Amino acid sequence: MDLDALTTTSGEWLRGTGPDSDIVVSSRIRLARNLAQFPFPSRADDSTRSEIEALLRDKLNLLQLGTSLIYVDVNTLETLDRQFLVERQLISREHADSHGSRGVGFGDQENVSLMVNEEDHLRIQVLRSGFSLNECWSEIDRIDDSIESHVTYAFSEELGYLTACPTNAGTGIRVSVMLHLPALVITKEIQKVFQALHKISLAVRGLYGEGSQAMGDFYQISNQVTLGKSEEQVITGLNDVVANIIAYERRVRDALVKENRSSLHDQVARAYGILKNAQTISSEETMHLLSSVRMGINLGLIDDLEIPTVNELFIHTQPAHLQKLRKEHLESAERNVARASYLRLRLTGHEPEPN
Amino acid sequence: MKKCSRCSKPATLHITELREGVVDVLHLCESCAHEYLSNAQPEQAETAASGLSGKIKAATSDRDLEELDQLTCPNCGISFREFRSQGRLGCPHDYIAFRNELLPLLENIHGETQHTGKIPKRAPGGSRRQYRLIKLRSNLRDVVEQEDYEAAAQLRDEIQALEVELEDGTSEDDISDDA
Repeated sequence: MDLDALTTTSGEWLRGTGPDSDIVVSSRIRLARNLAQFPFPSRADDSTRSEIEALLRDKLNLLQLGTSLIYVDVNTLETLDRQFLVERQLISREHADSHGSRGVGFGDQENVSLMVNEEDHLRIQVLRSGFSLNECWSEIDRIDDSIESHVTYAFSEELGYLTACPTNAGTGIRVSVMLHLPALVITKEIQKVFQALHKISLAVRGLYGEGSQAMGDFYQISNQVTLGKSEEQVITGLNDVVANIIAYERRVRDALVKENRSSLHDQVARAYGILKNAQTISSEETMHLLSSVRMGINLGLIDDLEIPTVNELFIHTQPAHLQKLRKEHLESAERNVARASYLRLRLTGHEPEPN
Repeated sequence: MKKCSRCSKPATLHITELREGVVDVLHLCESCAHEYLSNAQPEQAETAASGLSGKIKAATSDRDLEELDQLTCPNCGISFREFRSQGRLGCPHDYIAFRNELLPLLENIHGETQHTGKIPKRAPGGSRRQYRLIKLRSNLRDVVEQEDYEAAAQLRDEIQALEVELEDGTSEDDISDDA
Protein backbone atom coordinates (compact mmCIF):
# COMPACT_ATOMS: atom_id res chain seq x y z
CA MET A 1 0.00 0.00 0.00
CA ASP A 2 1.40 3.36 -1.05
CA LEU A 3 0.44 5.84 1.65
CA ASP A 4 1.72 8.72 -0.47
CA ALA A 5 -1.55 8.64 -2.42
CA LEU A 6 -3.33 9.75 0.77
CA THR A 7 -1.30 12.94 1.22
CA THR A 8 -3.39 14.91 -1.25
CA THR A 9 -6.73 13.74 0.16
CA SER A 10 -8.38 13.82 3.54
CA GLY A 11 -10.90 11.73 5.39
CA GLU A 12 -14.58 12.18 4.64
CA TRP A 13 -15.08 13.06 8.30
CA LEU A 14 -13.22 16.36 7.74
CA ARG A 15 -15.56 17.62 5.04
CA GLY A 16 -17.25 19.94 7.54
CA THR A 17 -20.82 18.95 6.82
CA GLY A 18 -23.39 17.13 8.90
CA PRO A 19 -25.50 18.41 11.79
CA ASP A 20 -23.99 21.20 13.93
CA SER A 21 -20.70 20.97 12.06
CA ASP A 22 -19.80 24.56 13.06
CA ILE A 23 -19.09 23.14 16.53
CA VAL A 24 -19.00 19.35 16.18
CA VAL A 25 -16.07 18.44 13.93
CA SER A 26 -16.69 14.71 14.02
CA SER A 27 -18.51 11.88 15.77
CA ARG A 28 -16.83 8.58 16.47
CA ILE A 29 -17.71 5.20 17.92
CA ARG A 30 -15.25 2.41 18.57
CA LEU A 31 -15.86 -1.16 19.70
CA ALA A 32 -13.27 -3.37 21.43
CA ARG A 33 -13.56 -7.02 20.42
CA ASN A 34 -11.49 -10.15 21.06
CA LEU A 35 -11.42 -13.63 19.61
CA ALA A 36 -12.40 -16.25 22.18
CA GLN A 37 -9.67 -18.73 21.32
CA PHE A 38 -6.55 -16.57 21.76
CA PRO A 39 -4.81 -14.79 24.62
CA PHE A 40 -5.02 -10.97 24.48
CA PRO A 41 -2.29 -9.33 22.33
CA SER A 42 -0.06 -8.26 25.24
CA ARG A 43 0.05 -11.87 26.49
CA ALA A 44 0.40 -13.51 23.05
CA ASP A 45 3.84 -14.61 21.84
CA ASP A 46 5.07 -13.58 18.40
CA SER A 47 3.73 -16.60 16.53
CA THR A 48 0.30 -16.35 18.18
CA ARG A 49 0.16 -12.64 17.35
CA SER A 50 0.94 -13.45 13.73
CA GLU A 51 -1.76 -16.10 13.74
CA ILE A 52 -4.33 -13.64 15.11
CA GLU A 53 -3.26 -11.02 12.58
CA ALA A 54 -3.48 -13.41 9.63
CA LEU A 55 -6.88 -14.70 10.74
CA LEU A 56 -8.41 -11.27 11.25
CA ARG A 57 -6.87 -9.82 8.07
CA ASP A 58 -8.52 -12.69 6.24
CA LYS A 59 -11.92 -12.03 7.80
CA LEU A 60 -11.72 -8.27 7.31
CA ASN A 61 -11.18 -8.79 3.60
CA LEU A 62 -14.60 -10.48 3.47
CA LEU A 63 -16.32 -7.35 4.79
CA GLN A 64 -18.75 -5.47 2.59
CA LEU A 65 -17.90 -1.88 3.45
CA GLY A 66 -19.35 -0.26 0.36
CA THR A 67 -15.77 0.72 -0.53
CA SER A 68 -12.67 -1.38 -0.97
CA LEU A 69 -10.70 -2.14 2.16
CA ILE A 70 -7.14 -0.86 2.33
CA TYR A 71 -5.09 -3.05 4.69
CA VAL A 72 -1.75 -1.83 6.01
CA ASP A 73 0.79 -3.99 7.83
CA VAL A 74 1.70 -1.54 10.60
CA ASN A 75 4.62 -3.66 11.81
CA THR A 76 6.67 -3.12 8.65
CA LEU A 77 5.83 0.57 8.23
CA GLU A 78 8.43 3.31 8.63
CA THR A 79 8.06 5.45 11.77
CA LEU A 80 7.01 8.41 9.62
CA ASP A 81 4.20 6.44 7.99
CA ARG A 82 2.96 5.21 11.36
CA GLN A 83 2.91 8.79 12.62
CA PHE A 84 1.07 9.77 9.43
CA LEU A 85 -1.70 7.25 10.19
CA VAL A 86 -1.94 8.57 13.77
CA GLU A 87 -2.35 12.14 12.50
CA ARG A 88 -5.18 10.95 10.25
CA GLN A 89 -6.84 9.23 13.24
CA LEU A 90 -6.71 5.87 11.47
CA ILE A 91 -4.62 4.30 14.23
CA SER A 92 -3.95 5.15 17.87
CA ARG A 93 -0.58 6.27 19.20
CA GLU A 94 -0.40 3.06 21.18
CA HIS A 95 -0.84 1.06 17.97
CA ALA A 96 1.88 3.07 16.22
CA ASP A 97 4.39 2.63 19.07
CA SER A 98 3.61 -1.02 19.80
CA HIS A 99 5.56 -3.97 18.32
CA GLY A 100 4.96 -7.28 16.58
CA SER A 101 2.35 -8.38 14.05
CA ARG A 102 -0.37 -5.79 13.81
CA GLY A 103 -2.26 -3.93 11.16
CA VAL A 104 -5.06 -1.62 10.22
CA GLY A 105 -7.77 -1.88 7.61
CA PHE A 106 -9.70 1.18 6.46
CA GLY A 107 -12.13 2.20 3.75
CA ASP A 108 -11.00 4.68 1.10
CA GLN A 109 -13.29 7.37 2.59
CA GLU A 110 -11.44 6.80 5.90
CA ASN A 111 -14.78 6.58 7.74
CA VAL A 112 -14.04 3.09 9.00
CA SER A 113 -10.86 1.81 10.57
CA LEU A 114 -10.17 -1.65 11.97
CA MET A 115 -7.08 -2.01 14.13
CA VAL A 116 -5.76 -5.54 14.56
CA ASN A 117 -3.69 -6.47 17.63
CA GLU A 118 -3.90 -3.15 19.39
CA GLU A 119 -4.71 -3.52 23.10
CA ASP A 120 -7.49 -5.88 22.01
CA HIS A 121 -7.49 -8.23 19.01
CA LEU A 122 -9.80 -5.91 17.13
CA ARG A 123 -10.74 -2.27 17.52
CA ILE A 124 -13.48 -1.22 15.12
CA GLN A 125 -13.91 2.53 14.61
CA VAL A 126 -16.47 4.50 12.62
CA LEU A 127 -16.08 8.25 12.09
CA ARG A 128 -18.57 10.75 10.68
CA SER A 129 -18.47 14.44 9.97
CA GLY A 130 -20.63 16.57 12.28
CA PHE A 131 -22.91 15.47 15.10
CA SER A 132 -24.04 12.04 13.87
CA LEU A 133 -23.61 9.43 16.59
CA ASN A 134 -26.76 7.52 15.61
CA GLU A 135 -25.46 7.06 12.05
CA CYS A 136 -22.08 5.93 13.46
CA TRP A 137 -23.85 3.36 15.61
CA SER A 138 -25.96 1.81 12.86
CA GLU A 139 -22.86 1.53 10.66
CA ILE A 140 -20.57 0.04 13.32
CA ASP A 141 -23.30 -2.31 14.56
CA ARG A 142 -23.63 -3.66 11.02
CA ILE A 143 -19.85 -4.08 10.61
CA ASP A 144 -19.60 -5.78 14.01
CA ASP A 145 -22.38 -8.24 13.07
CA SER A 146 -20.71 -8.94 9.78
CA ILE A 147 -17.34 -9.74 11.41
CA GLU A 148 -19.07 -11.76 14.09
CA SER A 149 -20.59 -14.06 11.45
CA HIS A 150 -17.03 -15.27 10.69
CA VAL A 151 -15.43 -15.42 14.15
CA THR A 152 -16.30 -16.23 17.76
CA TYR A 153 -15.92 -13.23 20.03
CA ALA A 154 -14.93 -13.58 23.68
CA PHE A 155 -18.26 -12.89 25.36
CA SER A 156 -19.94 -13.71 28.64
CA GLU A 157 -23.62 -13.24 29.34
CA GLU A 158 -22.73 -11.66 32.65
CA LEU A 159 -19.83 -9.38 31.69
CA GLY A 160 -20.50 -8.86 27.99
CA TYR A 161 -17.60 -8.54 25.54
CA LEU A 162 -14.41 -9.48 27.36
CA THR A 163 -11.55 -7.04 26.86
CA ALA A 164 -7.87 -6.88 27.78
CA CYS A 165 -8.55 -4.02 30.16
CA PRO A 166 -11.53 -4.29 32.54
CA THR A 167 -12.27 -0.60 31.87
CA ASN A 168 -13.69 -1.62 28.45
CA ALA A 169 -15.55 -4.80 29.44
CA GLY A 170 -19.28 -5.05 28.72
CA THR A 171 -20.18 -3.22 25.55
CA GLY A 172 -16.54 -2.40 24.71
CA ILE A 173 -17.92 0.86 23.35
CA ARG A 174 -16.35 4.29 23.33
CA VAL A 175 -18.61 6.97 21.97
CA SER A 176 -16.90 10.28 21.38
CA VAL A 177 -17.56 13.64 19.86
CA MET A 178 -14.89 16.12 18.78
CA LEU A 179 -15.97 19.64 19.66
CA HIS A 180 -14.50 22.98 18.65
CA LEU A 181 -15.15 25.27 21.62
CA PRO A 182 -13.16 28.50 21.10
CA ALA A 183 -15.73 30.81 22.72
CA LEU A 184 -15.96 28.72 25.89
CA VAL A 185 -12.16 28.74 26.04
CA ILE A 186 -11.87 32.54 25.52
CA THR A 187 -14.40 33.21 28.29
CA LYS A 188 -12.93 30.44 30.51
CA GLU A 189 -16.44 28.97 30.81
CA ILE A 190 -14.88 25.70 29.64
CA GLN A 191 -13.86 24.85 33.22
CA LYS A 192 -17.52 24.65 34.22
CA VAL A 193 -18.13 22.27 31.35
CA PHE A 194 -15.26 20.03 32.52
CA GLN A 195 -16.63 20.07 36.03
CA ALA A 196 -20.11 19.06 34.91
CA LEU A 197 -18.77 16.30 32.64
CA HIS A 198 -16.58 14.90 35.39
CA LYS A 199 -19.61 14.53 37.65
CA ILE A 200 -21.42 12.36 35.12
CA SER A 201 -18.36 10.18 34.37
CA LEU A 202 -17.63 11.54 30.91
CA ALA A 203 -14.01 12.00 29.89
CA VAL A 204 -12.53 15.07 28.19
CA ARG A 205 -9.45 14.60 26.04
CA GLY A 206 -7.46 16.48 23.42
CA LEU A 207 -7.41 16.05 19.65
CA TYR A 208 -5.58 12.73 19.68
CA GLY A 209 -7.32 10.97 22.52
CA GLU A 210 -5.86 9.58 25.69
CA GLY A 211 -3.09 11.65 27.19
CA SER A 212 -3.08 14.27 24.45
CA GLN A 213 -3.29 17.97 25.25
CA ALA A 214 -6.15 20.06 24.00
CA MET A 215 -4.91 21.83 20.88
CA GLY A 216 -6.67 24.45 18.83
CA ASP A 217 -9.63 24.50 21.26
CA PHE A 218 -10.64 20.98 20.23
CA TYR A 219 -12.03 18.71 22.90
CA GLN A 220 -13.03 15.09 22.65
CA ILE A 221 -15.84 14.10 24.98
CA SER A 222 -16.47 10.42 25.56
CA ASN A 223 -18.08 7.86 27.84
CA GLN A 224 -16.06 5.89 30.38
CA VAL A 225 -18.67 3.43 31.64
CA THR A 226 -19.00 0.36 29.39
CA LEU A 227 -20.69 -2.17 31.69
CA GLY A 228 -24.31 -2.08 32.86
CA LYS A 229 -25.49 0.33 30.17
CA SER A 230 -26.65 -0.58 26.69
CA GLU A 231 -24.99 0.98 23.64
CA GLU A 232 -28.15 3.00 23.01
CA GLN A 233 -28.13 4.34 26.58
CA VAL A 234 -24.51 5.45 26.26
CA ILE A 235 -25.21 7.15 22.91
CA THR A 236 -28.35 8.88 24.18
CA GLY A 237 -26.42 10.12 27.20
CA LEU A 238 -23.72 11.63 24.98
CA ASN A 239 -26.30 13.09 22.58
CA ASP A 240 -28.05 14.94 25.41
CA VAL A 241 -24.88 16.29 26.98
CA VAL A 242 -23.31 17.36 23.69
CA ALA A 243 -26.52 19.16 22.64
CA ASN A 244 -26.23 21.21 25.83
CA ILE A 245 -22.57 22.05 25.24
CA ILE A 246 -23.33 23.10 21.65
CA ALA A 247 -26.08 25.42 22.89
CA TYR A 248 -23.70 26.81 25.53
CA GLU A 249 -20.91 27.48 22.99
CA ARG A 250 -23.45 29.18 20.65
CA ARG A 251 -24.79 31.42 23.40
CA VAL A 252 -21.28 32.49 24.36
CA ARG A 253 -20.33 33.08 20.71
CA ASP A 254 -23.42 35.25 20.23
CA ALA A 255 -22.63 37.23 23.36
CA LEU A 256 -19.02 37.72 22.26
CA VAL A 257 -20.14 39.01 18.86
CA LYS A 258 -22.69 41.33 20.45
CA GLU A 259 -20.39 42.79 23.06
CA ASN A 260 -17.00 42.70 21.37
CA ARG A 261 -17.62 42.42 17.67
CA SER A 262 -14.78 44.71 16.67
CA SER A 263 -12.15 43.17 18.93
CA LEU A 264 -13.26 39.66 17.99
CA HIS A 265 -13.14 40.57 14.30
CA ASP A 266 -9.67 42.03 14.85
CA GLN A 267 -8.43 38.85 16.55
CA VAL A 268 -9.81 36.63 13.79
CA ALA A 269 -8.46 38.84 10.99
CA ARG A 270 -5.00 38.99 12.59
CA ALA A 271 -4.93 35.22 12.94
CA TYR A 272 -5.86 34.88 9.25
CA GLY A 273 -3.23 37.47 8.34
CA ILE A 274 -0.45 35.65 10.16
CA LEU A 275 -1.38 32.31 8.61
CA LYS A 276 -1.35 33.85 5.11
CA ASN A 277 1.98 35.62 5.58
CA ALA A 278 4.18 33.83 8.11
CA GLN A 279 7.54 32.54 6.89
CA THR A 280 8.04 30.10 9.74
CA ILE A 281 5.40 28.81 12.12
CA SER A 282 5.14 26.09 14.78
CA SER A 283 2.45 23.43 14.92
CA GLU A 284 1.02 24.88 18.16
CA GLU A 285 0.73 28.41 16.78
CA THR A 286 -0.86 27.05 13.60
CA MET A 287 -3.49 25.17 15.59
CA HIS A 288 -4.18 28.18 17.75
CA LEU A 289 -4.59 30.56 14.78
CA LEU A 290 -6.58 28.10 12.67
CA SER A 291 -8.96 27.78 15.61
CA SER A 292 -9.60 31.56 15.53
CA VAL A 293 -10.06 31.48 11.76
CA ARG A 294 -12.46 28.54 12.01
CA MET A 295 -14.59 30.43 14.51
CA GLY A 296 -14.36 33.55 12.30
CA ILE A 297 -15.79 31.69 9.31
CA ASN A 298 -18.66 30.31 11.40
CA LEU A 299 -19.47 33.80 12.71
CA GLY A 300 -19.41 35.35 9.23
CA LEU A 301 -16.28 37.40 9.97
CA ILE A 302 -14.29 35.68 7.20
CA ASP A 303 -16.06 34.99 3.92
CA ASP A 304 -13.39 33.87 1.46
CA LEU A 305 -12.45 30.56 3.11
CA GLU A 306 -14.34 27.32 3.65
CA ILE A 307 -14.57 25.12 6.75
CA PRO A 308 -13.40 21.91 4.99
CA THR A 309 -10.18 23.70 3.97
CA VAL A 310 -9.53 24.73 7.57
CA ASN A 311 -10.39 21.25 8.89
CA GLU A 312 -7.96 19.76 6.40
CA LEU A 313 -5.21 22.24 7.34
CA PHE A 314 -5.37 21.11 10.97
CA ILE A 315 -4.30 17.66 9.76
CA HIS A 316 -2.08 18.52 6.78
CA THR A 317 0.14 20.93 8.74
CA GLN A 318 1.14 18.26 11.25
CA PRO A 319 4.72 16.95 11.19
CA ALA A 320 4.31 13.61 9.40
CA HIS A 321 1.90 15.04 6.82
CA LEU A 322 4.26 17.90 5.98
CA GLN A 323 7.14 15.49 5.50
CA LYS A 324 5.04 13.17 3.35
CA LEU A 325 3.91 16.14 1.25
CA ARG A 326 7.51 17.31 0.83
CA LYS A 327 8.70 13.73 0.32
CA GLU A 328 11.71 14.35 2.56
CA HIS A 329 12.76 14.15 6.19
CA LEU A 330 12.55 17.56 7.86
CA GLU A 331 13.90 18.70 11.23
CA SER A 332 11.66 20.80 13.45
CA ALA A 333 12.97 24.17 12.19
CA GLU A 334 12.68 23.05 8.57
CA ARG A 335 9.16 21.85 9.21
CA ASN A 336 8.19 25.29 10.53
CA VAL A 337 9.35 26.85 7.26
CA ALA A 338 7.62 24.15 5.19
CA ARG A 339 4.43 24.60 7.23
CA ALA A 340 4.36 28.36 6.66
CA SER A 341 4.95 27.87 2.96
CA TYR A 342 2.19 25.26 2.73
CA LEU A 343 -0.24 27.53 4.61
CA ARG A 344 0.52 30.46 2.26
CA LEU A 345 -0.10 28.21 -0.72
CA ARG A 346 -3.41 26.88 0.60
CA LEU A 347 -4.72 30.20 1.93
CA THR A 348 -3.62 32.60 -0.82
CA GLY A 349 -3.43 30.22 -3.76
CA HIS A 350 0.06 31.46 -4.65
CA GLU A 351 2.83 28.98 -5.27
CA PRO A 352 5.54 29.40 -2.64
CA GLU A 353 8.78 31.12 -3.63
CA PRO A 354 11.40 28.54 -4.54
CA ASN A 355 13.92 28.16 -1.70
CA MET B 1 -18.33 27.44 50.48
CA LYS B 2 -14.98 25.74 50.85
CA LYS B 3 -11.89 27.79 50.06
CA CYS B 4 -9.34 26.77 47.46
CA SER B 5 -6.55 24.84 49.14
CA ARG B 6 -3.90 26.71 47.11
CA CYS B 7 -5.19 30.30 47.25
CA SER B 8 -8.05 32.03 49.04
CA LYS B 9 -10.64 32.02 46.23
CA PRO B 10 -13.78 29.86 46.61
CA ALA B 11 -13.19 26.24 45.61
CA THR B 12 -15.37 25.26 42.67
CA LEU B 13 -13.61 22.02 41.65
CA HIS B 14 -13.33 19.00 43.89
CA ILE B 15 -10.84 16.45 42.66
CA THR B 16 -10.50 12.98 44.12
CA GLU B 17 -7.23 11.33 43.15
CA LEU B 18 -7.01 7.59 43.60
CA ARG B 19 -3.43 6.56 42.99
CA GLU B 20 -1.64 3.51 44.35
CA GLY B 21 -4.42 3.08 46.86
CA VAL B 22 -3.91 6.57 48.32
CA VAL B 23 -7.01 8.74 48.23
CA ASP B 24 -6.25 12.42 47.86
CA VAL B 25 -9.05 14.99 47.90
CA LEU B 26 -8.36 18.46 46.53
CA HIS B 27 -10.58 21.52 46.67
CA LEU B 28 -9.48 24.09 44.11
CA CYS B 29 -10.66 27.30 42.48
CA GLU B 30 -10.96 27.46 38.69
CA SER B 31 -7.52 28.86 37.98
CA CYS B 32 -5.64 26.57 40.38
CA ALA B 33 -7.64 23.59 39.09
CA HIS B 34 -6.75 24.48 35.54
CA GLU B 35 -3.08 24.63 36.46
CA TYR B 36 -3.33 21.38 38.42
CA LEU B 37 -5.13 19.51 35.65
CA SER B 38 -2.88 20.72 32.87
CA ASN B 39 0.17 19.67 34.89
CA ALA B 40 -1.37 16.36 35.86
CA GLN B 41 -2.48 15.37 32.37
CA PRO B 42 0.74 13.96 30.85
CA GLU B 43 1.57 12.15 34.06
CA GLN B 44 -1.88 10.61 34.17
CA ALA B 45 -1.45 9.30 30.67
CA GLU B 46 1.80 7.59 31.55
CA THR B 47 0.43 5.97 34.64
CA ALA B 48 -2.90 4.77 33.32
CA ALA B 49 -1.94 1.27 34.39
CA SER B 50 -0.86 2.33 37.86
CA GLY B 51 -4.08 4.35 38.20
CA LEU B 52 -5.94 1.15 37.55
CA SER B 53 -3.78 -0.74 40.02
CA GLY B 54 -4.74 1.91 42.58
CA LYS B 55 -8.33 1.02 41.90
CA ILE B 56 -7.55 -2.66 42.16
CA LYS B 57 -6.01 -2.15 45.59
CA ALA B 58 -8.87 0.05 46.70
CA ALA B 59 -11.38 -2.54 45.53
CA THR B 60 -9.64 -5.36 47.34
CA SER B 61 -8.43 -3.52 50.40
CA ASP B 62 -9.94 -6.00 52.85
CA ARG B 63 -8.32 -8.99 51.21
CA ASP B 64 -4.84 -10.22 51.71
CA LEU B 65 -3.06 -8.93 48.60
CA GLU B 66 -0.17 -11.35 49.09
CA GLU B 67 -2.58 -14.24 48.87
CA LEU B 68 -4.34 -12.76 45.83
CA ASP B 69 -1.07 -12.44 43.98
CA GLN B 70 -0.66 -16.22 44.10
CA LEU B 71 -3.73 -16.64 41.87
CA THR B 72 -2.94 -17.75 38.34
CA CYS B 73 -5.15 -18.23 35.31
CA PRO B 74 -4.96 -21.92 34.30
CA ASN B 75 -5.42 -21.01 30.62
CA CYS B 76 -2.91 -18.30 29.86
CA GLY B 77 -0.74 -18.53 32.97
CA ILE B 78 -0.96 -14.85 33.95
CA SER B 79 -0.85 -14.24 37.70
CA PHE B 80 -3.05 -11.73 39.44
CA ARG B 81 0.16 -9.94 40.42
CA GLU B 82 1.10 -9.49 36.77
CA PHE B 83 -2.35 -8.15 36.01
CA ARG B 84 -2.07 -5.72 38.92
CA SER B 85 1.22 -4.34 37.67
CA GLN B 86 0.33 -4.17 33.95
CA GLY B 87 -3.36 -3.34 34.16
CA ARG B 88 -4.01 -5.74 31.27
CA LEU B 89 -5.50 -9.22 31.51
CA GLY B 90 -3.93 -12.19 29.72
CA CYS B 91 -6.90 -13.93 28.12
CA PRO B 92 -10.73 -13.93 28.17
CA HIS B 93 -10.70 -16.78 30.71
CA ASP B 94 -9.17 -14.44 33.33
CA TYR B 95 -12.66 -13.06 33.87
CA ILE B 96 -13.58 -16.51 35.21
CA ALA B 97 -10.25 -17.32 36.90
CA PHE B 98 -10.13 -13.96 38.75
CA ARG B 99 -13.88 -13.52 38.97
CA ASN B 100 -14.06 -12.80 42.71
CA GLU B 101 -11.24 -10.31 42.47
CA LEU B 102 -12.47 -8.61 39.28
CA LEU B 103 -16.11 -8.11 40.28
CA PRO B 104 -15.39 -5.46 42.94
CA LEU B 105 -12.99 -3.77 40.49
CA LEU B 106 -15.61 -3.74 37.72
CA GLU B 107 -18.16 -2.33 40.12
CA ASN B 108 -15.69 0.36 41.16
CA ILE B 109 -15.05 1.34 37.51
CA HIS B 110 -18.54 1.00 36.02
CA GLY B 111 -20.91 1.03 38.98
CA GLU B 112 -22.49 -2.18 37.63
CA THR B 113 -21.49 -5.81 37.09
CA GLN B 114 -24.13 -7.09 34.70
CA HIS B 115 -23.90 -6.53 30.93
CA THR B 116 -27.10 -5.18 29.42
CA GLY B 117 -25.93 -4.30 25.93
CA LYS B 118 -25.50 -6.08 22.64
CA ILE B 119 -25.27 -9.88 22.55
CA PRO B 120 -23.50 -11.62 19.66
CA LYS B 121 -25.97 -13.27 17.30
CA ARG B 122 -23.98 -16.47 17.45
CA ALA B 123 -24.83 -18.55 20.51
CA PRO B 124 -22.09 -18.09 23.11
CA GLY B 125 -22.23 -21.84 23.87
CA GLY B 126 -19.00 -22.27 21.93
CA SER B 127 -17.12 -20.02 24.35
CA ARG B 128 -16.27 -22.78 26.80
CA ARG B 129 -14.71 -24.83 24.02
CA GLN B 130 -12.87 -21.75 22.82
CA TYR B 131 -11.37 -21.26 26.27
CA ARG B 132 -10.31 -24.89 26.23
CA LEU B 133 -8.54 -24.19 22.95
CA ILE B 134 -6.50 -21.44 24.62
CA LYS B 135 -5.44 -23.85 27.32
CA LEU B 136 -4.53 -26.63 24.87
CA ARG B 137 -2.48 -24.25 22.71
CA SER B 138 -0.65 -22.96 25.75
CA ASN B 139 0.04 -26.57 26.86
CA LEU B 140 1.28 -27.37 23.39
CA ARG B 141 3.85 -24.58 23.56
CA ASP B 142 5.08 -25.91 26.89
CA VAL B 143 5.50 -29.52 25.75
CA VAL B 144 7.19 -28.44 22.52
CA GLU B 145 9.66 -26.49 24.64
CA GLN B 146 10.23 -29.59 26.77
CA GLU B 147 10.71 -31.57 23.56
CA ASP B 148 7.98 -33.98 24.59
CA TYR B 149 6.89 -34.80 21.04
CA GLU B 150 4.53 -37.59 22.00
CA ALA B 151 2.47 -35.26 24.19
CA ALA B 152 2.71 -32.57 21.51
CA ALA B 153 1.29 -34.89 18.86
CA GLN B 154 -1.55 -35.83 21.17
CA LEU B 155 -2.32 -32.18 21.93
CA ARG B 156 -2.24 -31.28 18.23
CA ASP B 157 -4.83 -33.97 17.54
CA GLU B 158 -6.99 -32.69 20.37
CA ILE B 159 -6.70 -29.07 19.14
CA GLN B 160 -7.53 -30.13 15.62
CA ALA B 161 -10.58 -32.09 16.75
CA LEU B 162 -11.81 -29.13 18.79
CA GLU B 163 -11.25 -26.77 15.88
CA VAL B 164 -13.26 -29.01 13.57
CA GLU B 165 -16.00 -29.21 16.18
CA LEU B 166 -16.12 -25.41 16.41
CA GLU B 167 -16.11 -25.05 12.62
CA ASP B 168 -19.06 -27.45 12.37
CA GLY B 169 -20.93 -25.48 15.01
CA THR B 170 -20.31 -22.41 12.85
CA SER B 171 -21.85 -23.82 9.69
CA GLU B 172 -24.91 -24.99 11.64
CA ASP B 173 -25.37 -21.49 13.02
CA ASP B 174 -25.05 -20.03 9.54
CA ILE B 175 -27.76 -22.30 8.20
CA SER B 176 -30.16 -21.47 11.01
CA ASP B 177 -29.42 -17.75 10.48
CA ASP B 178 -30.40 -18.01 6.83
CA ALA B 179 -33.61 -19.88 7.58
